[in-house]
Amino acid sequence: MSRHTLSVLVENKPGVLTRVAGLFARRAFNIHSLAVGPTEHEEISRITVVVDVEEHPLEQVTKQLNKLIHVIKIVELDPETSVQRELLLVKVRADAASRASVLEVVSLFRANVVDVVPDSVVIEATGTAAKLGALLAALEPYGVREIVQSGTLAVGRGARSITDRALDRVARTA
Amino acid sequence: MAGTPTPSQVAARAEARAEVRAELRARGVGRPSPVAPATSGPRIGPEEVTGAQSIVRSLEEVGAEVVFGIPGGAILPTYDPLMDSERLRHILVRHEQGGGHAASGYAHATGRVGITMATSGPGATNLVTPLADAHMDSIPMVAITGQVGAAMIGTDAFQEADIVGITMPVTKHSYLVTDPDEIPRTIAEAFHIASTGRPGPVLVDIAKSAMQARTTFSWPQELQLPGYHPVTKPHAKQIKEAARLLATAKRPVLYVGGGVIRSGASDLLRRLVDLSGAPVVTTLMARGAVPDSHPQHLGMPGMHGTVPAVAALQKADLIFALGARFDDRVTGVLSSFAPHAAIVHADIDPAEIGKNRAVDVPIVGDLREVIGELLPELAREHDTHGLPDLEGWWRQVDEWRHTYPLGYTETADGLLAPQHVISRLGQITGPDAIYVAGVGQHQMWAAQFISYENPRTWINSGGLGTMGFSVPAAMGAKVGRPDATVWAIDGDGCFQMTNQELATCTINEIPIKVAIVNNSSLGMVRQWQTLFYESRYSNTDLHTGHGTARVPDFVKLADAYGCEGIRVEKASEVDDAIKRANEIDDRPVVVDFTVSRDAMVWPMVAAGVSNDDIQYARGISPAWDREE
Repeated sequence: MSRHTLSVLVENKPGVLTRVAGLFARRAFNIHSLAVGPTEHEEISRITVVVDVEEHPLEQVTKQLNKLIHVIKIVELDPETSVQRELLLVKVRADAASRASVLEVVSLFRANVVDVVPDSVVIEATGTAAKLGALLAALEPYGVREIVQSGTLAVGRGARSITDRALDRVARTA
Repeated sequence: MAGTPTPSQVAARAEARAEVRAELRARGVGRPSPVAPATSGPRIGPEEVTGAQSIVRSLEEVGAEVVFGIPGGAILPTYDPLMDSERLRHILVRHEQGGGHAASGYAHATGRVGITMATSGPGATNLVTPLADAHMDSIPMVAITGQVGAAMIGTDAFQEADIVGITMPVTKHSYLVTDPDEIPRTIAEAFHIASTGRPGPVLVDIAKSAMQARTTFSWPQELQLPGYHPVTKPHAKQIKEAARLLATAKRPVLYVGGGVIRSGASDLLRRLVDLSGAPVVTTLMARGAVPDSHPQHLGMPGMHGTVPAVAALQKADLIFALGARFDDRVTGVLSSFAPHAAIVHADIDPAEIGKNRAVDVPIVGDLREVIGELLPELAREHDTHGLPDLEGWWRQVDEWRHTYPLGYTETADGLLAPQHVISRLGQITGPDAIYVAGVGQHQMWAAQFISYENPRTWINSGGLGTMGFSVPAAMGAKVGRPDATVWAIDGDGCFQMTNQELATCTINEIPIKVAIVNNSSLGMVRQWQTLFYESRYSNTDLHTGHGTARVPDFVKLADAYGCEGIRVEKASEVDDAIKRANEIDDRPVVVDFTVSRDAMVWPMVAAGVSNDDIQYARGISPAWDREE
């Protein structure tokens, strides 16, 4: 198994996420993470999906996704040539005795504290899955009370935009 | 039967090559085709209408002729203007499943989009089976369902079902329409999607409130499908490579699937068969794509294929797949399928290529264009390198044909042999008729023992294997091809699932003919019980046949439905009954052929074994080593 990041440009239509997620489920493909949001073009949404598959099934995933009418374009983003980030919010026990060392961990990982009460803090961090994993490991001894984490977001390095040509298509058919 | 090509055949091939080259040049094949005009005909509208009228107007303008459906609460507004339409014929079916399969049969027989209409909730859920069936067999179909009013959606309203959600895995695409202004464009898109690329079913679910609202109707409509661009033109480099392989292979086989029929490429395929000189096999979905009488045709491959067809694929050094999908019923255990063959795979659906079997030369395109471009390329290869020498290959193939022809043994219980009934049906009725099967033993015998000479004359449920397909699909085929004799070949099990549509046939003057191959049991299941469950016949006895209480009595049932009912119990009665049925054209005919229940379908590759282990008859396996 290897991990692949796919950026899927879709028409911003109701049910499109269900179609994509349903396809993964019924073709027995494993989704590791999923993130959906708007793009710079109102009519296009972008789904970033991280899958654990071998090379051959990955080709099937892509081909099957392409068959969905609302899917406009699929690009695999290589970790070497793209920026990939996740967002983590974590609530950690931090009282007067431990707060200083918790804050030290926070600054070591260039994370932020976004909420403070007398016995806990909420820490916000972005980064690769590896960095966030390391942060969580460092916070573990203080008592992690709650974790919420986004799927991976990814964008290719350099000046080129994957939405440009996709938008041409939308403009042509609209 | 031809074997090793004779000098006259070789000459015919040379002639075919020259002809092909000249004609293709004349037709401009190989040059990019001009872009078709968006829509011809006058511009219409905008007209002030209701949403319901907009649905009917859209169906008229998209070219629909026939709708198979049943009204109900949520679709009621649409049925009112439908009553006044002079261009749409609505056929009131007795069950939505019947309407769906009828639309399928119509589409399969004509190549046009079949249309079915149903109400919300149970009406819509009854369409799930026909939609799944059409999806598996790539049948162009549009299903229009009523949905509860937009304000009620999501409240568990009366007869509410999330049919878009339910059918997502079994449709090519689906729509939920709540805005009446979107009706014409949605219907235009639905027909476009259903009929282009790899065809398939599209569901359009329309809220009752949208049908009742005022809106405007105009035509033609601009399609908004930025993510839908089926590739029809093949890549020239791949065509060249495919032609090279076909021209140089020592043991090539053309593996022809249903895509050839969907694409309307039978005529071109015939030329490819002639030009290549290679053996050809037609899958269950492709029977009729190449005439069975063609000397290079080895019959059907797969679980119940002919020994020559199965063996030729196993021993091939090149499999040239056209519109086929390497289905498990064809390949047997995949890892041992055609172990020495290079694979050329041409299909309009890129996801089929490499899905099951790794491919050496992938070709994405419409088979008409693919074969059209292959022909001159192959002729050029022959000119450069000479004709391939297939003499040795044909000698081997012919030995298989000689040793293992398709056949059957007479029954031991003195009852009719079902294979005899089906053979005679095909021989007496001829290759211009349309044969529509259900699913099971009778389907396999109908695929094996009737000679198909033309595309769209064999209709069956291949992928999903839907029992009950036959009667409603035959009805749809007869509506689409009223000039043709249409025989439903059904089993006693299948027939009991959907025979209510005989009422539709009688009332609407759709004179189909039904041959019930009545073995008083769920025959294919019984065959597996015989072979794999020590003849323990758990729940396969239907009590409809010879020496039983005959519940129901199919002749009486036919009579109750206003059909002509005929019972046949002896071999001596078979021909007369078929002839009599063929002469009746003013009402449907049901012939109850009571046959032996012990007849089995052979050859057979049991589930989960290699095609090498095909059994010609029970316990008889071809001895491959001797022939190699």
